[in-house]
Amino acid sequence: MLGRRTDLPFERDQSTRFLPWIVALMVFLGALMFAGALVVSDTIDSWNSTLTGRMTVQVPHDAADDAATGTLVAMLGVTPGITGVRPVPASEARALLIPWLGEEVVDSGLPIPALIDVELAAGAHIDANLLAARLSQSVPGTTVDDHRDWLSALINLGRTVEILAFVILGLIAAAAIVAVVFTTRSGLAVHAAIIELLHQMGAHDTYIAGQFQFQAMMLTLRGGIAGAAAAALVLLVFAWVGQGIDAAFLPPVSLTFIEWLALMIVPAGAVAIAMLTARLTVLRALARLP
Amino acid sequence: MLRFENVGMRYGIGPEILRDVSFSLAPGSFHFLTGSSGAGKTTLLKLMYLALRPTRGLVHVFDKDISVTPRDEMPTLRRRIGVVFQDFRLIDHMTAVENVALPLRVNGGRHAEIDTHVRELLSWVGLGERLDARPSTLSGGQQQRIAIARAVINRPRLLLADEPTGNVDDHIAVRLMHLFEELNKAGTTIVIATHNHALVEEFGHPVLQLDDGELVVRRAGSPAAGPN
Repeated sequence: MLGRRTDLPFERDQSTRFLPWIVALMVFLGALMFAGALVVSDTIDSWNSTLTGRMTVQVPHDAADDAATGTLVAMLGVTPGITGVRPVPASEARALLIPWLGEEVVDSGLPIPALIDVELAAGAHIDANLLAARLSQSVPGTTVDDHRDWLSALINLGRTVEILAFVILGLIAAAAIVAVVFTTRSGLAVHAAIIELLHQMGAHDTYIAGQFQFQAMMLTLRGGIAGAAAAALVLLVFAWVGQGIDAAFLPPVSLTFIEWLALMIVPAGAVAIAMLTARLTVLRALARLP
Repeated sequence: MLRFENVGMRYGIGPEILRDVSFSLAPGSFHFLTGSSGAGKTTLLKLMYLALRPTRGLVHVFDKDISVTPRDEMPTLRRRIGVVFQDFRLIDHMTAVENVALPLRVNGGRHAEIDTHVRELLSWVGLGERLDARPSTLSGGQQQRIAIARAVINRPRLLLADEPTGNVDDHIAVRLMHLFEELNKAGTTIVIATHNHALVEEFGHPVLQLDDGELVVRRAGSPAAGPN
């Protein structure tokens, strides 16, 4: 009989009906944004780990023979800062080109340069232009491709996308806060008579604020679970569809177990933000009472 | 217990509802508060139960000067004051038990203890059979008694009642007055705002009489006298 959780009849408050839907939509969008940011972050890490600390030496097709390659490998092997040198077999170079140009074009006598994969020591900085000039003295036309230039542009792009995702996530959180503030203010107006009565009985502001906080938690929990479930479904569909794509440069759409757990921050954060917002809104309003 | 010194009250930029009101209530005293409609009775009661702060003058409640009492200490003072509102202000979605239990819940009481006290009190006011009834299903007199039970459940040191006999017949009114007298004998200071002059004469307690925002204190049946 006395097990009532709140003194205020929130179930009669029409303005609270839409909050779970609004929160569900925001958590859905927020979770997708967050997942997108995680995928971009994973991709950047992947690019970083596979492409930094490496250079590729290209020997023009007409100069590429075993002797020239041997000379270059020997020169590279004694260059300070280089820890590994590996001539890329022609079959491997061909395999790299086929996804981009097609087998027919690649096998039509395309002048494919010989490639030498160079591994750099950690922290080593070798000027690609100087190295190319030195190698060209032995094998004219040799070029050195330092991945850092174009990789840094890609990483910058990725970081920008990542930041943008978090900014949008912040905007979604701000919109959620506004929704909770309006719902709470509406609740304060609807239940003003009972609030005044509780205040007169000696209820502390925190007692009343706690009731709004509990209500905000229940509403956003419902919306948060629904939104997170919908986002998880969409991400699983993406991961399933992405399984069939065999392209080294496309980001992996699937998330790790830890990332799935991290994704739970979005609904949990929505609940925490709603509770805090409701509490502060009520405390601020009640501070006007004597 | 309660002391007003030259208290003035106005709402916004409106006229003064109360002017230079000065009086004091001794612990365990019983007073009627009378005055014509618009004389300022409700405003004076609101000042007494700390729903308002005066625009001028000093209000001392339980020896605390309200003008310098920190806001976070006010709930403790309010818990020592029981109020019976003219319109009862019962919460419609709650049962009789839940309504009466509310001050104890606010006070952080334990469920089992609250339940026992509330049932006992409701039985004492003759509503032992209507514990789970909602206010809307009860008569005016029954609602009145729930409102009184709610006001006294916390064993207040000061009980303020605004027209507590206004919605009941004379027989019930006298019974309610005897109930207030019993509480008064137990040490509760009581102020009852009423229009019922017969009741005032019958029970003979001192009268705080408001006349156009000014207060005089007199014995029942005696002409107006100066403030205490």
